[in-house]
Amino acid sequence: MTLEIDIRHSFGGFHLEAAFTAPAGVTALFGPSGSGKSTIFQAIAGLLRPDEGHIRLEGATLFDSAAGLHIAPRNRRMGCVFQEPRLFPHLSVAQNLRYGAGENFSRSAPRICGMLGISHLLDRRPGALSGGEQQRVAIGRALLSQPAFLLMDEPLSALDAARRAEILPWLERLRDEAGLPILYISHSLAEVTRLATTLVLMAEGRVIGAGPLEEMLSDVGPGLSLDRAGAVLQVTATGEIRDGLRELRLSDGTPIWLPEASAPKAGAFRLQIPARDVMIAREVPQGLSALNILPAKVLSLTPLSEAEVMIRLEAGGGVIPARITARSAAALDLGPGQQVFAIVKSASLAGGI
Amino acid sequence: MSDWLTPDQASAVFLSLKVAFWATLCSLPPGIFVAWILARCEFPGRQILNGLVHLPLILPPVVTGWLLLMAFGRRGWIGAPLYELTGFTFSFQWTGAALAAAVMAFPLLVRAIRLSLEAADPKLEAAAATLGAGPLRIFLTITLPLAAPGVLAGAILAFAKALGEFGATITFVSNIPGQTQTLPSAIYSLLQVPGSDAAATRLVLISIALAMAALLLSEVLARRMQKRISGA
Repeated sequence: MTLEIDIRHSFGGFHLEAAFTAPAGVTALFGPSGSGKSTIFQAIAGLLRPDEGHIRLEGATLFDSAAGLHIAPRNRRMGCVFQEPRLFPHLSVAQNLRYGAGENFSRSAPRICGMLGISHLLDRRPGALSGGEQQRVAIGRALLSQPAFLLMDEPLSALDAARRAEILPWLERLRDEAGLPILYISHSLAEVTRLATTLVLMAEGRVIGAGPLEEMLSDVGPGLSLDRAGAVLQVTATGEIRDGLRELRLSDGTPIWLPEASAPKAGAFRLQIPARDVMIAREVPQGLSALNILPAKVLSLTPLSEAEVMIRLEAGGGVIPARITARSAAALDLGPGQQVFAIVKSASLAGGI
Repeated sequence: MSDWLTPDQASAVFLSLKVAFWATLCSLPPGIFVAWILARCEFPGRQILNGLVHLPLILPPVVTGWLLLMAFGRRGWIGAPLYELTGFTFSFQWTGAALAAAVMAFPLLVRAIRLSLEAADPKLEAAAATLGAGPLRIFLTITLPLAAPGVLAGAILAFAKALGEFGATITFVSNIPGQTQTLPSAIYSLLQVPGSDAAATRLVLISIALAMAALLLSEVLARRMQKRISGA
């Protein structure tokens, strides 16, 4: 299921011009407020008719201005999760879930309710639920409508940090278990790095970059501020704990240690390493406090300014960017193809999950 | 009852209730429809429709009654062909009183429903559309239930208005005891006859009691509905 968008739309002095493709997996539409993300959401859902362009889902045209085609929202099979839950207040949770489900309800409901942890809420009314529970019901309602594609417009933005932390794992399960392509709109990089497989960067009504998440984040491209550049690595918890540190394995088996409290107990998850927290050594350093020393190969050097360089390293089965001074790069005489060591403080990884 | 109210007076009370009930019930569907058009549709002539609906509220009731007579009387431009075709006529029948009451109550009904329809959240309707619901289903399952308190308030208001309608009714269907004499016209007749003050007072008290009962009932029902909608 590939969603193909190419639209232009103007309103109130704002001009949106966006073209991108959302493949299978989670495509994150990332950008600041007012960059046109929600307009794209509305256009895909069919709630807004763009001035020009086309929207296609796996070859089927949902909208085409040249052909004068605009499929009504109800016929688009887009599961929509809005910023606010938008549950129907006069209906019970079960009736809300059933609203778009049709005959599919009794077959799919137990699995989806179980996955979202809402099975015990069915007889209640939306007004009696917490914000996080409401949003989970809204996600369940969208899933039960048998969508071909799931659209989520900042589904966590109306929630506080605790509720957000409560829902994120459900979204990860959704990505891994439901196998449904998702377009996820967000202005939170933390959410995006946890969920997305593809990243589309937006600013001022334009797409300023798009590609696989790991590439986009480790690259010195436009859009993301340099402070946010970093590595996103797949890691697996081994269950081993020593001195309050939890052992994780990178995809090539390299061990990495994290403070116990900041990592999940088991299973696979994503680890984010900011580029500014990575050091480079030519030899295995001695007498160093940093615990995580990964063998690495230099891929490229990109000058950021007169003083700074971004070095892309191949390590741990992925790409780890390191942001260091030009003076250090010159002193170490770094060049593509060189074998080096990437050094990451365990403490600096704590916030990266 | 018979020593307290004469058969004619009792039938006036009963007739008023019957007229108000049918007037309210039959004007609900068109009332909801017109309110929805006024609340949700943009079209040229919307203000004209709005004015037409509100006309009975500001016209002298006797004028509305005369217009009804012209249109729906036995020789009226709708009434005549209707009588030819079906043998049915509004004139000098309780159905005519119901029609007059419905027309007079219509602005109040539409106003209340329109306000509650405008307050129903279009975002919920959009959500329903993305779940595969068509316009009619959205209206019946989302918009209308959300507007239910307003519909109820409008219906009670229309019922109370229909119960008290006098000018247009007496102009359109006259004041025939047992046939078209409603509670207000019965009170009016009694006031024309010296020495009937006691009987008139009894009917006045009945009027007040009915109006109060309608208001209290609407209050209770509205509270129950509001609770249902806010959903705690």
